[in-house]
Amino acid sequence: MLDDKDRIFTNLYGQAPVDLTSSKKRGIWHNTASLVKKGREKIIEEVKASGLRGRGGAGFPTGLKWSFMPKESDLPSYLVVNADESEPGTCKDRDMIRFDPHRLLEGCLLASVALGAHYAYIYIRGEFVRESEILQTAIDEAYEDGLLGKNAAKSGYNLDLFLHRGAGAYICGEETALLESLEGKKGQPRLKPPFPAGVGLYGCPTTVNNVETIAVLPTILRRGAAWFASFGRPGNHGTKVFSISGHVNKSCNVEETMSIPLKDLIERHAGGVRGGWDNLLAVIPGGSSVPLIHRSLCENALMDYESLQELDSGLGTGAVIVMDRSTDIIKAIARLAHFYKHESCGQCTPCREGTGWMWRVLERMVEGKAKVEEIDLLLQVTKQVEGHTICALGDAAAWPIQGLIRHFRFEIVARIEERQAQTQASSSIAQQKQQEIA
Amino acid sequence: MPDSKTAPKSFSFRAAFAERAKKEIAKYPPKRKQSAVLALLDLAQRQNTETNCVTDAAMENIAKILDISRMRLEEIASFYTMIHRKPIGKYHVQCCTTTPCMLRGGDSLVALAEKKLGIRANETTSDGLFTLSRVECIGACANAPAMQINDDFYEDLSEKHVENILDNLAAGKPVTAGSQIKRRGAEPVQHSETSLNKRSGYKVS
Repeated sequence: MLDDKDRIFTNLYGQAPVDLTSSKKRGIWHNTASLVKKGREKIIEEVKASGLRGRGGAGFPTGLKWSFMPKESDLPSYLVVNADESEPGTCKDRDMIRFDPHRLLEGCLLASVALGAHYAYIYIRGEFVRESEILQTAIDEAYEDGLLGKNAAKSGYNLDLFLHRGAGAYICGEETALLESLEGKKGQPRLKPPFPAGVGLYGCPTTVNNVETIAVLPTILRRGAAWFASFGRPGNHGTKVFSISGHVNKSCNVEETMSIPLKDLIERHAGGVRGGWDNLLAVIPGGSSVPLIHRSLCENALMDYESLQELDSGLGTGAVIVMDRSTDIIKAIARLAHFYKHESCGQCTPCREGTGWMWRVLERMVEGKAKVEEIDLLLQVTKQVEGHTICALGDAAAWPIQGLIRHFRFEIVARIEERQAQTQASSSIAQQKQQEIA
Repeated sequence: MPDSKTAPKSFSFRAAFAERAKKEIAKYPPKRKQSAVLALLDLAQRQNTETNCVTDAAMENIAKILDISRMRLEEIASFYTMIHRKPIGKYHVQCCTTTPCMLRGGDSLVALAEKKLGIRANETTSDGLFTLSRVECIGACANAPAMQINDDFYEDLSEKHVENILDNLAAGKPVTAGSQIKRRGAEPVQHSETSLNKRSGYKVS
């Protein structure tokens, strides 16, 4: 188990106040100038060595991503922080923002140095009104204290940072949709390439990073890449904030080492599965977009990119949704299908039409009002949506359904057969009655 | 509720709102003021305490301020769920029913609110006090089931909590936002933190 002394998010539950003075007591903004002075190359090098991978879901190596930014450009460069957290199951960024906003701001300054950016925007989801108020207060405090703006934190580096509020659209969590939205348009993803590092916000070089990715940066630079890399298996380094929700005794957010066994995470921190481990049905290990895994696989699953990939799932945002045996698993996934139908931006036909189609079929399957052959048809349609859209929302809509069919096909079949048996029984009764009347 | 016939013919931001709008526009490069569109729509909606939506007149005004075509603005406004073009009640009760909340009883809270308010989801009470919505994940999954009323989240809800909150709002009494079981953030409940506690040597504060 991760030691408290190795935790980055020391105010994850809001035990201490969030104002600048209290934040400084937690070590935030301590001699930030010396970290800035490491310079662009050194910071990127250190982040590469730490093995940090993007915490927003895709898990792309952060240092590598940063190195794609042009070294010299006539255009200004931008850092954009993705705080549009809306992946079902995920509630980590919200708590980082409302309980530790200065950690994020310090990270913004250091990341901007690594990117050569003098402007940064934090795009926060519109529903987080209170969180954006807290963050704005922190930004104002930081400006007033000279930690942002010209000669930020007396480092000689200039950074202007602004908060931008969204207005309710899951798709704006996709980086290019986020940029569109930040430009004041509908949040519809852009075709890639060009990638944001080349053509991003206002056509300028831009890097979009998740809140957690940015917020861990100051600690990595202070304690060293080797410290961060000492946690987790190779390729999956560091600590990670996991959100555990659903049928557990104590749903919570907790920071743990990467590669912690899923069972440990649930039993140690979330008070175990409701009704005991044997009452477990399935787990969605990384937010709604990744396929669920059957209980038989939960025993040995490790919470990292590779272990979960081997199980045909993924770490995603590290949001663990636990479902016990009382769950109607078809309904649970049908509800996610509804989510993706609701959130599809409508730009690509396979996603716009496919998400609605898949949801309607699943809703029928919940009732058993389907044919067994339709299961394969549904699977086929998920494959037609997956990989055929501009952004990953199509994939995200397809994967949970594929996971359902992979692990719970028997459940769908059983429900269809049950329904068929019922209708047959009731129709034969009706026939009998008709004959009696005749 | 006023409909389009009785809706105001003209709109301008009142002083305090105009000030905030100016601040929002200043966040972006001079030629990129369209970036402030969501902020301005939100401000217009907040200023309209009558029907809590963006009126046609406000749309005209914002389109002019940001120099975008009216139709483009309409497209943008309709894309985002938090921007309302039709009247909304004074209290917008938004129950989260996506899977993490559903697993912990989100749907039954909607049913309860429907019964209590005498309306179906996506309807507004005749006195214009409440609008009830079923919404997608609001991002408080470890504190499920959760709902959002206007700017505040109400978390760790039971049916009793929802009843109390709706009763108090209807009676004009104050309500306490946040976790209804007095949990700090998303810590493991019942004050049995498994991390960041004093016992394991980390000093809080």
